[in-house]
Amino acid sequence: MSMAKERMEAPGAAGHGHPKHLAHHFSDPAQQKDSAKLGMWIFLLTEVLLFGGLFCAYAVYRAWNPEIFHNGHAFLNTTRGTVNTLVLITSSLTVALAIRFLQMDNRRAAAANLAATLALAGTFLVIKYFEYAHKFHEGQLPGKFYTFQGMEGTNPHVFFSVYFLMTGLHGIHVLVGMGVITWVLARTLRNHFSAEYYTPVELTGLYWHLVDLIWIFLFPLFYLVG
Amino acid sequence: MAEATAVNYLNATRGWKSWLLTLDHKRIAILYMAAIAVFFFVGGVLAMLIRLELLHPGRDLVGADTYNKLFTLHGAIMIFLFIIPGVPAILGNFLLPLMLGARDVAFPRLNLASWYIFMLGSLFALYSIVAGAADTGWTFYTPYSTQTDTSVISMTLGAFILGFSSIFTGLNFIVTIHKLRLPGMTWYRMPLFVWSMYATAIIQVLATPVLGITLLLLVIERVAGIGIFDPAMGGDPVLYQHFFWFYSHPAVYIMILPGMGIVSELITAHAHKKIFGYKAVAYSSLGIAFVSFLVWGHHMFVSGQSELAAMLFSFLTFFVGIPSGIKVFNWVTTLYRGSIKLTTPMLYALSFLFLFSIGGFTGIMLGALAVDVHVHDTYFIVAHFHYVMMGGTVIAFLGGLHHWWPKMFGRMYNEPWAKVACALIFVGFNVTFGSQFLLGLHGMPRRYYNYLDQYQPLHAFSTFGSWILGAGFVIMAIYLIHSLARGRRAGSNPWRALTLEWETPSPPPTENFPFTPSLAHGPYDYDRVIPVNVEPGGRAVRPEVVS
Repeated sequence: MSMAKERMEAPGAAGHGHPKHLAHHFSDPAQQKDSAKLGMWIFLLTEVLLFGGLFCAYAVYRAWNPEIFHNGHAFLNTTRGTVNTLVLITSSLTVALAIRFLQMDNRRAAAANLAATLALAGTFLVIKYFEYAHKFHEGQLPGKFYTFQGMEGTNPHVFFSVYFLMTGLHGIHVLVGMGVITWVLARTLRNHFSAEYYTPVELTGLYWHLVDLIWIFLFPLFYLVG
Repeated sequence: MAEATAVNYLNATRGWKSWLLTLDHKRIAILYMAAIAVFFFVGGVLAMLIRLELLHPGRDLVGADTYNKLFTLHGAIMIFLFIIPGVPAILGNFLLPLMLGARDVAFPRLNLASWYIFMLGSLFALYSIVAGAADTGWTFYTPYSTQTDTSVISMTLGAFILGFSSIFTGLNFIVTIHKLRLPGMTWYRMPLFVWSMYATAIIQVLATPVLGITLLLLVIERVAGIGIFDPAMGGDPVLYQHFFWFYSHPAVYIMILPGMGIVSELITAHAHKKIFGYKAVAYSSLGIAFVSFLVWGHHMFVSGQSELAAMLFSFLTFFVGIPSGIKVFNWVTTLYRGSIKLTTPMLYALSFLFLFSIGGFTGIMLGALAVDVHVHDTYFIVAHFHYVMMGGTVIAFLGGLHHWWPKMFGRMYNEPWAKVACALIFVGFNVTFGSQFLLGLHGMPRRYYNYLDQYQPLHAFSTFGSWILGAGFVIMAIYLIHSLARGRRAGSNPWRALTLEWETPSPPPTENFPFTPSLAHGPYDYDRVIPVNVEPGGRAVRPEVVS
């Protein structure tokens, strides 16, 4: 019985003098942070491959129907696309600034930058909403829902199928990102983070940069393809 | 009665909540084991029904439509709910931290979440059984899968969700292996099971997202008719096949690599011999993982892909034989002059060598274009992949299950009965599937409900085999469950093995090691270390290094 007690206590030396955020199975905060970052990078890799399937579909259908992609891009609003690109790039800057301010222990500035990121992400979605609403109105829709009459070429709906699939999946990622940013913003405001510990914000930043980067590929592929 | 009161991970806390909310990798492994055992039973019963129906031409038991659903569900359940999660989620989860001397996996909460995601996905998949069951085959090929009125959506959504579980497990393992190794445990001092888990995890992480997007596209195609795989709307059904096999071929190695890792451990531990060519075995796992991404087109030789592509895929397919051959030769060489004990795990390891080699060689045959076109979609294919998947992975899994059973539950199974079950499974397997090679060569197409009279003797032979196989599994279930309560108590190291998990008591305490683990020797140093077995309740002793 006494031996059993020893067993319970011996290696579980965590507790005294350890930071609150250090999980018991890590030996030090650096190991924990490295693990979290490696895990996030691997997750981002899976995201790239998830979108990779759609980029592949894009390549196949554009190679088969170059005229449709050329004609289709004329119906996208390049101004709105450009503004959205700038909005997302700026949001990448603000999220990076938030991390930098946390490293300098400036929680107020960090929170302000996270809030700005959130606002920019919202702006992106609002602009996207107006773009989508216009296409719904015109009947420029995927597959069997396509009713638009003003575009030349066979199977013009293919362009809009691929467009809605890729920008839609990207939009879902923006929404998820907004949820996560809200969560780290709330935790920042509750003083959960400091120069010693800000891993969740850093991981959120990594994710957000990827969402930004995917849009940077989507924008020329759809809006500037002509 | 010291051993009866010893605190271990099984009795440290009590109540169903302590299990369903556990973050302990060992308990999560047991949760997976319970769920996967149920799915394996369901998939096995479906297989027995399929074989029973095929005993005679025409209707024996069920109608043609039901038969289509039976083989679809058998395939989908065995692949997505049993064999892909099987070894990594059960043995991998349980052993990886123990083998590395770690306290847990890198992300314990993610680990528990992946079990819940797994259960959610399996609910979707099982729901399709009551909701009219998909009848597309487990590959869900378009255009049929977009047109059939059976419940393809719930099945594919299930597989989509299960993919996330697989990705999170793989991600967890990669980070654990990179960051949580014991000080002093360099890459070349890791057990080979860990290397194979690493290679498996890489494939899980890189391939599964592509399946995710593919199944998502299939669901959207069915729901919204976007026409992405529909030729009438400018889409391409062959693109679906490319997408599907870009995941599903590497997935075959998600299934076999863990089995190979198990065999490396079984052969060294039960022959008490240092592994022959450690680095060759380790790197061949990574080699298989790499090549696995380059060969998917060999599933599509008759799909209308270009001849050049077919030739390249055929050529690349042969490369898989190189790392696989390296492994088999190294295992056999390891056995040479070892002190081989014919324990049940060793019997399974030897069965694996035999059956996997047959599966592998027929795979090389199928990689050759002319042979493949000839036997395409016949029972030859069915026999080939069952020799690799069941004769390889399942046999290795059963060997691993017996090998680590005393570690997981602290009790020995009944060795004589285990040998009987092993013999029945080996014989039953060869009767069931060996005959299918002949059926295939004689032209019996796969997935057919009815057949010509000339195939009846071989079909009957195969069905008899399935009964022998089934009997083996029933016996195994009985003695394993019996051993949980009545089995002889196992010491810390009943096999006198040298990997780190055998230094801690059986079953291990919640924190894995009752002392701070350290590395005094490599995982296979049988030439210079005498392993010790600490009887239940005894004080922990470190193995003795003699030179």
